[in-house]
Amino acid sequence: MKWGLMGIALAFLAVFLMTPLVVLLYNAFHEGWRVYQMAVLDPETIAAVKLTLFAVICAVPLNMIFGLAAAWAITKFDFPFKNFLITLIDLPFTVSPVIAGMIFVLLFGARSSLGAWMIAHGWKIIYDVPGIVLATIFVTFPFVARELIPLMHAQGTEQEEAALTLGANGWQIFTRITLPNIRWGLLYGVILCTARCLGEFGAVSVVSGHIRGMTNTVSLQVEILYNEYQFSGAFAVASLLVFGACLTLLLKLYVEKKMHYGKGSI
Amino acid sequence: MSSIRVKTFVLWVLMGSLFWGCLEAKSVELLNVSYDPTRELYKEVNAAFAKSWKAKTGDDVTIKQSHGGSGKQARAVIDGLEADVVTLALAYDVDAISQQARLLPKNWISALPHNSAPYTSTIVFLVRKGNPKKIRDWADLVKPGVGIITPNPKTSGGARWNYFAAWVYALEKFKSPAKAQAFLGALFKNVPVLDSGARGATTTFVERGMGDVLLAWENEALLVTQTIGKGRFEVVYPSVSILAEPSVALVQKNAAKHRTEKEAKAYLQFLYSPAGQAIAVKHFFRPVDADALKAAAKWFPKLKLVTIDQSFGGWQTAQKMHFADGGTFDKIYGGK
Amino acid sequence: MAGSKPFFRRKLLPGFGLSLGITLFYLSAVVLIPLSMLFVKSFDLSAAAYWQIISSDRVLAAFRVSFMSAGISAVINAVFGFLIAWVQIRYQYPGRRIVDAMIDLPFALPTSVAGISLTAAFSVTGILGFWLDKIGVRVAYTSLGIIVAMTFVGLPFVIRTLEPVMQQLGKDYEEAGTILGGNRWQVFTRVIFPLLLPATMTGAAMAFARALGEYGSVIFIAGNMPYKTEIVPLLIISKLEQFDYSAATAIAVTMLGLSFLVLLMINVLQGWQRRRVTSL
Repeated sequence: MKWGLMGIALAFLAVFLMTPLVVLLYNAFHEGWRVYQMAVLDPETIAAVKLTLFAVICAVPLNMIFGLAAAWAITKFDFPFKNFLITLIDLPFTVSPVIAGMIFVLLFGARSSLGAWMIAHGWKIIYDVPGIVLATIFVTFPFVARELIPLMHAQGTEQEEAALTLGANGWQIFTRITLPNIRWGLLYGVILCTARCLGEFGAVSVVSGHIRGMTNTVSLQVEILYNEYQFSGAFAVASLLVFGACLTLLLKLYVEKKMHYGKGSI
Repeated sequence: MSSIRVKTFVLWVLMGSLFWGCLEAKSVELLNVSYDPTRELYKEVNAAFAKSWKAKTGDDVTIKQSHGGSGKQARAVIDGLEADVVTLALAYDVDAISQQARLLPKNWISALPHNSAPYTSTIVFLVRKGNPKKIRDWADLVKPGVGIITPNPKTSGGARWNYFAAWVYALEKFKSPAKAQAFLGALFKNVPVLDSGARGATTTFVERGMGDVLLAWENEALLVTQTIGKGRFEVVYPSVSILAEPSVALVQKNAAKHRTEKEAKAYLQFLYSPAGQAIAVKHFFRPVDADALKAAAKWFPKLKLVTIDQSFGGWQTAQKMHFADGGTFDKIYGGK
Repeated sequence: MAGSKPFFRRKLLPGFGLSLGITLFYLSAVVLIPLSMLFVKSFDLSAAAYWQIISSDRVLAAFRVSFMSAGISAVINAVFGFLIAWVQIRYQYPGRRIVDAMIDLPFALPTSVAGISLTAAFSVTGILGFWLDKIGVRVAYTSLGIIVAMTFVGLPFVIRTLEPVMQQLGKDYEEAGTILGGNRWQVFTRVIFPLLLPATMTGAAMAFARALGEYGSVIFIAGNMPYKTEIVPLLIISKLEQFDYSAATAIAVTMLGLSFLVLLMINVLQGWQRRRVTSL
């Protein structure tokens, strides 16, 4: 029984998870280390990596602050339409990335009056870096909040209230009580958020403009190389994202371990 | 601990802005928004132009380059991608920019010689080595069991040329639009994959082994036989095909805003110069200059080519009749 | 929230105005205002024009393809996700932690990369496609391909929703069931499965929603044939590229409405799940 179930489960994972990964890594390296190195060290690839990291640096802290605020409001207080608010926070999760990109084009494109006004005054949003950052923020919007809400809900409010009766102010309660309690959950959310930022394709593709070395993120650079018949190069750059993903996932493993200890100590 | 985190965060932001600063260049910049199969062409043109401009005027000019499906690129320019010049797959897409965003005059096509097309191409067949399905002409495509790879004409400029080339053949042979429509219906029945762009279709045919024949730009077909698929494919020239004229145009309003009109104009002129024409030949585009074409005759066999204006009365009518919603192409797919 | 503590005590803590203010401001700026643009744009269309776009054969066919494939992939993910979660929670085996980390891969891998890799693996020239072709099964460029891609992107959801619930469940229930004289199968179908059903369905609904909107990976592996393998997001893009903004908006608004419905369903399911689990 045990072996049967395990066999089926692992076979399924092998087909759906391992195969694409193996294909990717095989293609990345089968023309040799030199081709790999050339693709990865190409100035355009480096510019794409920088842009992707820049989007991560902008999107993750903002979504983190939002996640903390939202989780605090939702789990520590009762107010009307709370469930509706939670649903709205989840919304970007189910919106197709294509639609996510499209709404920013509708909002800031030259055909909308706001967009036309902004472009006339030299504020370029879409087809430039701000658009890419916005699309990334939108797509990864719920990640930290989703992670924190159940955690803080489970922890309740007793500790904070005790601190309050002892005379602590709001900031002290937050930094000394709440933050240490949720730190691993927070980090977990941040990691997932980062991973998703790195890999976003659909939404970014709609708002990017595809200017080489300027508005291409890593996932777009992969597409470009692929369309230039540089298959090994495309897979080589893609493998960077895989390593990035593996790194974040390993980090996640470590955090999970810590989270279990954390739970035990409460 | 939290103060360390704050410091790390500040450091990240600083590093981010620093990265950003490095990317800003300090000379005149042009943005060329182009379609998919010109990637290699413009890489070389851009470098050559920058060099010749530097030699001529002493100024530095950098050309930023964007590629994608022709329709998608036109839409991006309409929505605010500030291209100084556009080099797209067909005049219809440049017309769209002129009509919907008024960034360039209506008569843009007469601004440069040869209908604003510094190089042309045509539609040919790419088949697997030895031509196992014996594909010689358009009529062979509708035979049962032949798999045809072409991108979707609704989204790909190249695929629209494919469609029109087939239509030209069918109309000439059957002398009736209804029969031509039936012929195209039969042709598209043999299409197992509709990629959204020309490059995607080529990959599907070359790398994924789908289909027996790829309807492709001549330059793409030659690129495959000369480079990525050397020795595995053959080009077949049909009895008649279409003269594809990829359009280039100065996007006046954007160039005026960026004060780059002088450079942008010179850039487009450069495409017509002997140096520009030679680069076009190198990337398997047919040069418009008669001498250059003669010199490259071994690459470009003569075949009967008709233009959109001759047989369809221009892009606007052709587009409306065939690709508007409910047009001939929809009927081909809807009438099942 | 089914709070068990007296209502007034919650108001004691500070920061309500600030935190809710930040939440609402950020939510409006990043999500609600941009999304509302879609509705504003769709008002340009009359009801009749909207209906004509939405009810055209090709659009309906795309919705059918999207919903069918997303539905099937959600079911596949529900079944195998349940199994994988069970194996991960109940059994110890070497490499379990690595498998655990890998489950999140579809989350982090760019969808376009996933699409390219899956196509390379499943096309007739690929390592899996070659053998599948021998037994007459074609995956790449068929409806099966869409399902494969959607299953890939939706894989983590069921597993990640089920795991905490299974952990909480422990082995006590099974043991109690066995002591009361049930055999293993009875214990599973009568005791364990009903307890895990809400979480499974929540995860499957999330996988469904994700699959429905998926674009990057599907376009590479689907044949993109109108009426057969054309999904809704591709149709939106293709309408946009034909400069047909009104049709694109109409389809996008419909899609958005449907995903919102799915989301509401998920929330109802989650409420159900909470009641199940807290009533343990």
